[in-house]
Amino acid sequence: MLAAYAMTVLGAGLVTLQLAAGALALAVLFGLAGALCKLSSSVVLRTLAGIYTSVVRGIPDLVLMLLVFYSLPTLVNEVLTAAGISYYFELDPFIAGTVTLALIFGAYMTETFRGALVAIPKGQVEAARAYGLGPMRTFTGILLPQMARLALPGFTNNWLVLLKATALASLIGLQDVMLTAKGAAEATGQPFTFYLLAGGFYLALTLSSVLFLAWLGRRLDLGTRELSR
Amino acid sequence: MNWTIIADSLPLYAQGARLTVLLTVSALAIGFGLSLGLALLRNSPNPWIRLPIASYTLVFRGTPLLVQLFLIYFGLAQFGLLRQSILWPWLSSPLFCVLLTFVLNTTAYTTEIFAGGLRHLPPGEIEAARAYGMSPWTIARRILIPAMLSRSLTLYGNETIMMMHATSLASTVTLLEITGVARNITLTSYILFEPYVTAAAIYLCLTFILVGAFHMAERRWVDARG
Repeated sequence: MLAAYAMTVLGAGLVTLQLAAGALALAVLFGLAGALCKLSSSVVLRTLAGIYTSVVRGIPDLVLMLLVFYSLPTLVNEVLTAAGISYYFELDPFIAGTVTLALIFGAYMTETFRGALVAIPKGQVEAARAYGLGPMRTFTGILLPQMARLALPGFTNNWLVLLKATALASLIGLQDVMLTAKGAAEATGQPFTFYLLAGGFYLALTLSSVLFLAWLGRRLDLGTRELSR
Repeated sequence: MNWTIIADSLPLYAQGARLTVLLTVSALAIGFGLSLGLALLRNSPNPWIRLPIASYTLVFRGTPLLVQLFLIYFGLAQFGLLRQSILWPWLSSPLFCVLLTFVLNTTAYTTEIFAGGLRHLPPGEIEAARAYGMSPWTIARRILIPAMLSRSLTLYGNETIMMMHATSLASTVTLLEITGVARNITLTSYILFEPYVTAAAIYLCLTFILVGAFHMAERRWVDARG
């Protein structure tokens, strides 16, 4: 019986992984957009990006998640009612979790990517322009590949924090590893066993991520060591 | 919008903020003391000292704080032996469990931050101290700890903010800090928007105060070294 419960908990690992992967993909997009805004020549874009990163990083993850899951739909519904539209807006825990984590880690990625972009020598962009490359090709051909390498340590760190933060989605009712472990703990009266199992799941994920990203870092660094030193 | 309920519950928020600050400060203060020693031992050449500390920080940094909190608060009740021990009044109190979890968690992060600060210390500084005849204790007090602290100030500043935000998890085990207060108001007044927005605004203010304080500390202790 214990084994069956353990399998359910680990099976819910798929939900945790989907949440983490979805949030990561969105966070990278937010981060790229945020970094480009922060480095843009427009004061408006710079200010907006600055407000985004400092507000999101100034509020606890759990509170942001509660805001997105409970407060946001309430606000939307009040606006809908005021506009005379009879539609009831609701967020699914998975969507709310993904959006919240993407917002949070988009802000962290913004800082990571901005730092990496700033570290690329300016002359390279000027040279690209002198060769007649457009802004898009300069970004995808010159900046992006180098940014990927320079941003990897920060990216790794953000991913590890994101992976652990997915556990918060259990508090808004997502059936992930954590909530399934809670269910199993209450059903069997063995909370320690099942929370330990959940902890082991997260630890295995973070450890394998660290190993994989360290390997990736060594690959991306190939041929750059001698040049930069 | 119903802000009068919020205005009426401002005293509750004030109490919640007090508990948030109390949890943050006590966890950080105890964690700071423990980390100073653990960071020095973390770089020890003796693997029997170094590896247990490394595994402790690995486990606590590799798992979610929520799991750690639930393991300690809900998990320990599984053991009858513990339930009958004299420790049980402590281990069944949410406040004690929350504080224990936060201390264990922040100590793991802070130990690694401090130990990392030490690793970039030029070996010459320690050799010079030894050549002056300083004892290991004096070297730790005069050279290692000041170098460790000034080098890790920025990262430690981030850790204090993370810790302050992490205290919001205390609301999951019935404690009425800022998030707990907000949650209670949503349950008693049936409003979902205003309580969380107010909580978020309070956290934002606390974060800005911490960020400002660490900027000042950096100017005072880090930039001044040149």
